[in-house]
Amino acid sequence: MDFFDRFAIPHPSPVIYASMVAITLTLVAIVAGVTYTKKWGYLWREWLTTVDHKRIGMMYLISALLMLFRGGADAIMMRAQTALPENTLLDSQHYNEIFTTHGVVMIIFMAMAFIMALMNFVVPLQIGARDVAFPRLNALSFWLYFWGAMLFNISFVIGGSPDAGWTSYFPLAGNEFSQSVGTNYYMIAIQIAGLGTLITGINFIVTILKMRAPGMTLMKMPMFTWSALITNLIIVFAFPVLTVALAMGTIDRLFGGNFFTTTDGGMDMLWANLFWVWGHPEVYILILPAFGIYSEIIPTFARRNLYGYKSMVASIVLISVLSFVVWVHHFFTMGQGAMVNSIFSITTMAIAIPTGIKIFNWLFTLWKGKITITVPMLYSLGFIPIFTIGGVTGVMLGMSAADYQYHNTMFLVAHFHLVIIPGVVFAMLAGLTYWWPKMFGFMLNERIGKLSFWLISIGTCVAFFPMFISGLDGQARRMYTYSEATGFGIWNMLSFVGAIMLAAGFVTIVYNIYYSTRYASRDIGSDPWDARSLEWATHTPVPDYNFAITPQVNSSEAFWDSKKNGHKLFSGEYKEIHMPNNSGVPFIMSAIFFVLGFSLVFSIWVLAVIALLGIFACLAHRSFEQDHGYHIPVEEVKETEEKLGGAR
Amino acid sequence: MKIKGALLLLMFAVMAVLTGCEPLMVLNPKGPQAQTQADVILLSIGIMSFIVIAVFAILIYMLVKYRSSKQSDDYEPPHIEGNHIVEGIIVGIPVLIVIVLSIVSVRSNYLVEATPEGYEDQDPLVVYAQSSNWKWHFSYPEQGIETVNYLYIPTDRALEFKLYSEGPITSFWVPQLGGQKYAMSDMVTTLHLAADAPGEYMGRNANFSGEGFAENTFSVNAVAPDEFDEWVDEVQETAEPLTEEKYNELLEPGHLGQLTFSSTHLEFSPPPEGEHGGHHHGDSSDNSEEGNMNMDQDHEDHNHSE
Repeated sequence: MDFFDRFAIPHPSPVIYASMVAITLTLVAIVAGVTYTKKWGYLWREWLTTVDHKRIGMMYLISALLMLFRGGADAIMMRAQTALPENTLLDSQHYNEIFTTHGVVMIIFMAMAFIMALMNFVVPLQIGARDVAFPRLNALSFWLYFWGAMLFNISFVIGGSPDAGWTSYFPLAGNEFSQSVGTNYYMIAIQIAGLGTLITGINFIVTILKMRAPGMTLMKMPMFTWSALITNLIIVFAFPVLTVALAMGTIDRLFGGNFFTTTDGGMDMLWANLFWVWGHPEVYILILPAFGIYSEIIPTFARRNLYGYKSMVASIVLISVLSFVVWVHHFFTMGQGAMVNSIFSITTMAIAIPTGIKIFNWLFTLWKGKITITVPMLYSLGFIPIFTIGGVTGVMLGMSAADYQYHNTMFLVAHFHLVIIPGVVFAMLAGLTYWWPKMFGFMLNERIGKLSFWLISIGTCVAFFPMFISGLDGQARRMYTYSEATGFGIWNMLSFVGAIMLAAGFVTIVYNIYYSTRYASRDIGSDPWDARSLEWATHTPVPDYNFAITPQVNSSEAFWDSKKNGHKLFSGEYKEIHMPNNSGVPFIMSAIFFVLGFSLVFSIWVLAVIALLGIFACLAHRSFEQDHGYHIPVEEVKETEEKLGGAR
Repeated sequence: MKIKGALLLLMFAVMAVLTGCEPLMVLNPKGPQAQTQADVILLSIGIMSFIVIAVFAILIYMLVKYRSSKQSDDYEPPHIEGNHIVEGIIVGIPVLIVIVLSIVSVRSNYLVEATPEGYEDQDPLVVYAQSSNWKWHFSYPEQGIETVNYLYIPTDRALEFKLYSEGPITSFWVPQLGGQKYAMSDMVTTLHLAADAPGEYMGRNANFSGEGFAENTFSVNAVAPDEFDEWVDEVQETAEPLTEEKYNELLEPGHLGQLTFSSTHLEFSPPPEGEHGGHHHGDSSDNSEEGNMNMDQDHEDHNHSE
């Protein structure tokens, strides 16, 4: 292939050309807008170089919402194509690209970013810390994720999207069967974003283990912090596997390696194994923070403490251990025999036990409570029934002999969407609505929020329940079309209707953000939900240093105790506060990673070497840099505290 | 509240469809393996419905009873740590259910991974099923014939499919005869099936394998044993033999209709097993090579007897 041919889209369509124009216009508009309003300096000083966990959290949040719409657009196109038998809206190649990017964008760039957003904003506040343990590394994590996401998202306009599925099974994803640069983007963009995630994992483990407020022993941590700790432990154990697998895939594709090829001793199932050794724990990386969020929201709006705190902790620890010993259930049909399948079948079903404990504990938290139905609570309550259905179908899939019939069908698609959507998306929307006032100083409109909830939850059911039926009737997943005689038409049409309801729900969320930004009251105090944990004990908006005086903790609900039982959270005098300096290096270094990634995708070796040298230069710069941060003097702390409503 | 009602309704609707007048393919088995799987599926749906209904009931009870609108303004919910008996029950019942399901699962695993029950007395019909982008090649070593994109099988005889792929991983699936199994490029996997009733069944590749994946299907004609023998004779008499040249032509990516040949490609393009496997592991490979030779011997014997 000629050098320049590689940059062309191998399989163009009017929609892709239109997107190209739209992307260019948007970029021009952003640059022009920022220049016109003279905001470059503000953008650089306050956001691009920030190391503040709260701002990094907000940037993750904005990125996650953008990616939600990118992945959602893919989903709508897929459902529209399959809504009718023998539809010609998309051809096979486009459909394959779209379901591939839908999966990758939703899991890696939407869901992961969303949990990072909430962990970043909430965890340091919840443990009474000033920031994370390594604020600059935190900025590096975000920018690596951001530039990795950008690299992945330009694929469809430069060189072509990956088209081998989000699981990217070899040999289909190898050079032999996938000649465009699409899968190079997959291997390298996810690698860059994955490095960011791994760094976050280390950062948050250290933060949670070393920086908790005095008195907060491990068993007095709020449940969201517990789930964040366990999630990050899983990240640190699971992501290196992905790193290695992606590196091997990259070597196969760029340097003629034979790890996963059909010839010269390559093993195609090695990729599948490595992928799912990471991939299954990844599922729990997504779901555990969601469990943590529900464990914060349900007690708040039941006005009661979380039922069975100890068994909640035990169950997330147990889930995290089991998550590493079930990966084979993703390919029971590989032919490994009855013995191996039996073992993995039992371990898989065993996960239902700790998960069941959690469901029952949430239900018993409602017992003798005083339940108010707010938007975050509505999502939490809607999660329980839908997730239960998704969960029990997971147990059914875990029965390996029966899985031979479910595997690769729409039944499986129905199952995992019915756990991921209530499990992750509902939790993120619940968490977003719940912590929004702490982030931005006003509340989202409840009426519009409830409308969004009903659209999204009914849409989820309408979109995914029919897939159970078409799956049992023999519809394989990832089919871009089917004949009328199959009788799949009605079920797929229903799914399309559900998908439209979901899309409408997400549009109302955006409208809600716009509406509330314009009209919502700014006079909401610092604790609008009458909540229970420490993040509500500081001012809104949260000052740079979070807490002027480090809180004293006596239980997992220290703030509640301070309101109801006379516990004294803050005592002592203001002191000078040591804060980290902002730095542009994480942003610059990650941008160079983007250049490195782009040049690897297209095998532009000279540029790759230059970029690599640039990255080493950034590392060296950091090694020799003397930066001890700065101190906020007592006077300034006093002034800020008085302005925000006095000492707390 | 509305959504719970809607969900319950929907569940009943699902159950009605599952057991209703027009049975779904997987729940309309035509062979012993598919029957085992359908039984497991229906049993698990039953047990799972019980769990779902229990959770729904508790949730509805809590929401009806403990809403703030039902309580006096000064009611302060108590602080409750947890209760060993309650927690024992919510651990114990799921543990029991998982134990029951595990026993069912393990038993059914050994059933579907062996010659179907009741068919052990006769030798299974061995068919090599090889996928290539985006076709299926079926070789009958015993009969010395080969078909593309369609299968003829005798009823009431165990079938042993030897699966492998020329390229991406595919999955051989005939829902009404039994669940699927992967076909890969560097090894041969075995799928045990059998058909109880004559008929034409849908078969397909279930594992995404690129552009032509959606149309990567084949038809399965299950016929009475003597009818099958007639078909074999007819093919041997009327069809052309498969040459290496022709075979390589067939492997080219694309779609083909149904084709029939009076010889197989196994001689000049052996499947990846034994000495031809992707991974040699010393002794074990020697053993399997021996097994392979024995099997070839068996096939020859069959040919003589026929």
